[in-house]
Amino acid sequence: MAIEVRIPTILRNYTGGEKAVNADGASLSALIDDLEVNHPGIKDRLIENGDLRRFVNVYVNDEDVRFIGGLEAELSDGDQVVVLPAVAGG
Amino acid sequence: MLTIDRATYDGIVAHAKRDHPDEACGVVAGPEGSDRPERLVEMVNAAGSPTFYEFDSTDLFQLYKEMDQRDEEPVVVYHSHTATEAYPSRTDIGLASEPNAHYVLVSTRDCFNEDGGNNDSPVEFRSYRIVDGEVTEEEVTVVDELPARSN
Repeated sequence: MAIEVRIPTILRNYTGGEKAVNADGASLSALIDDLEVNHPGIKDRLIENGDLRRFVNVYVNDEDVRFIGGLEAELSDGDQVVVLPAVAGG
Repeated sequence: MLTIDRATYDGIVAHAKRDHPDEACGVVAGPEGSDRPERLVEMVNAAGSPTFYEFDSTDLFQLYKEMDQRDEEPVVVYHSHTATEAYPSRTDIGLASEPNAHYVLVSTRDCFNEDGGNNDSPVEFRSYRIVDGEVTEEEVTVVDELPARSN
């Protein structure tokens, strides 16, 4: 099983500069755990207190995961996951 | 230093004035690595607030998808402050996530009188780099047109 995960500029220091990496997982939560194995430290940038960070957006096949189950969103082979930090401020 | 053409500069200022007293936000995209702000993209402030801005998550996705397809990146990320100076707030600094971008702040605080009428004072327009929580102001040079592309 391979799921392509697109990594934003700000997190590419965890992926050796790669814009996209492959990972496995039947859910977003499992996928992030798998990412962490190969890219230690990245999980903490995505998750806080057991949930997705407020200002991190994750999309599965163009859909914001917050609308499809959040960390429990189901994934299958060939899905594309995109991580984008929110563009926000005060 | 940020070099920006007059039409794009004016476009950002006009957007900020139009959305006042809410914060306006957007990007100026340009070819990856070029440092050329070529394509102004006004975004909707999903927060609709005078003290906060956030791109709508679906709009954000579409924007990055489009930039990706065009081999572009956000050369400028801009937003307005409507009651305070054009300097990054603590929130702006904490959430800044494009280390290669010029963060443009415009302030419309002096542009309107108490009744909301225009008093013709200029919009403050300043630019910063925000990297790892560190803010560095930079000079803004407005040109009639960006110089011809070198490649």
